[in-house]
Amino acid sequence: MAGALINVPERAKRGEIVEIKTLISHPMETGYRRNQSGARVERDIIRLFVATYNGTEIFRAELHPAITANPFIVFSTVATESGTLTFKWTGDNAFSVTESASITVD
Amino acid sequence: MTPLRGLWAVILLTATAAFAAEIPRAERRSGYDFMSRETRAMQDDDTANPAMLWVLEGEALWRRQVGAAGRACADCHGDARTTMKGVAARHPAFDAARGRPVTLEQRINGCRAERQQAPPLAYESRELLALTAYVARQSRGLPIDVTIDARTQPFVDAGRATFYRRQGQLNLACSQCHDDNWGRQLAGNAIPQAHPTGYPIYRLEWQGVGSLERRLRGCLVGIRAEPYEFGAADLVDLELYLMSRAAGMKMDAPAIRP
Repeated sequence: MAGALINVPERAKRGEIVEIKTLISHPMETGYRRNQSGARVERDIIRLFVATYNGTEIFRAELHPAITANPFIVFSTVATESGTLTFKWTGDNAFSVTESASITVD
Repeated sequence: MTPLRGLWAVILLTATAAFAAEIPRAERRSGYDFMSRETRAMQDDDTANPAMLWVLEGEALWRRQVGAAGRACADCHGDARTTMKGVAARHPAFDAARGRPVTLEQRINGCRAERQQAPPLAYESRELLALTAYVARQSRGLPIDVTIDARTQPFVDAGRATFYRRQGQLNLACSQCHDDNWGRQLAGNAIPQAHPTGYPIYRLEWQGVGSLERRLRGCLVGIRAEPYEFGAADLVDLELYLMSRAAGMKMDAPAIRP
């Protein structure tokens, strides 16, 4: 399953700094571990997280092995206009999840 | 021996006996209280608590029709937020058909077999943990309230006997850490009192959600004893005893633990 929890404030004042929290379900298998028969467990991680605000990129993070399973990414942005925030996680094994949330700015 | 010396001996013996006794009610503390400020903050914020990913999945599974009967949990039980309130706080609970207490996991699989005509979910499978986490979430903040009566008392006693029985190559009983030495350090971690208030938990060490049975099996491996199988009677009795020992404490499932 690929569930994600997004927390964006529903409303904000123009110019206010808002905190955005994202949590996604992912094993983040490092590729360095071996299984019980000694074979290497294939790497399976999220490589990239990108957040856009009405189409404009506002945050980007590259993820690497040794980052926790179910990565929790928190960042902030300035509420400029009402619209949609889109979050995209991409990674190994054609992993791709897109979620969005709306914000009203007054 | 002078009378005074005799008195001292009696006091010393009483003190030793008191040391090995159960934790007084007023001194009981949840595993939550032993955690760092950061880990507590992680548990308290539903948007930061990774166990909520399992709860989210459990909510979807609750409504999914499965098995030959084509029925979902919700078709019988309705809205879990009301019907499942307090259910996790009452398990393990006595099951008349089996003649013994069953865990929440066993209850869910029993429901699958009888009402949904679906194959059981494997212990520690993502689906079973998700459903358990979703049901346990509905008991958050409620006091642990397992039923201790004539039917369940023998199983509580069996669980208590396991708790106080030394086992494994290290020859340790559960009580030697969790009754006698709680609050002290073991390899850099605080030893908690072993109150199962938050199961299933998201354990940072596991990088995932796991059941109380997984935790107990981990402890057994730690004392180099052979762990009981998932769902084994010994394990369920021990869980029942631990819940009775924590009776009245508030549930904080699904909790985070280090």
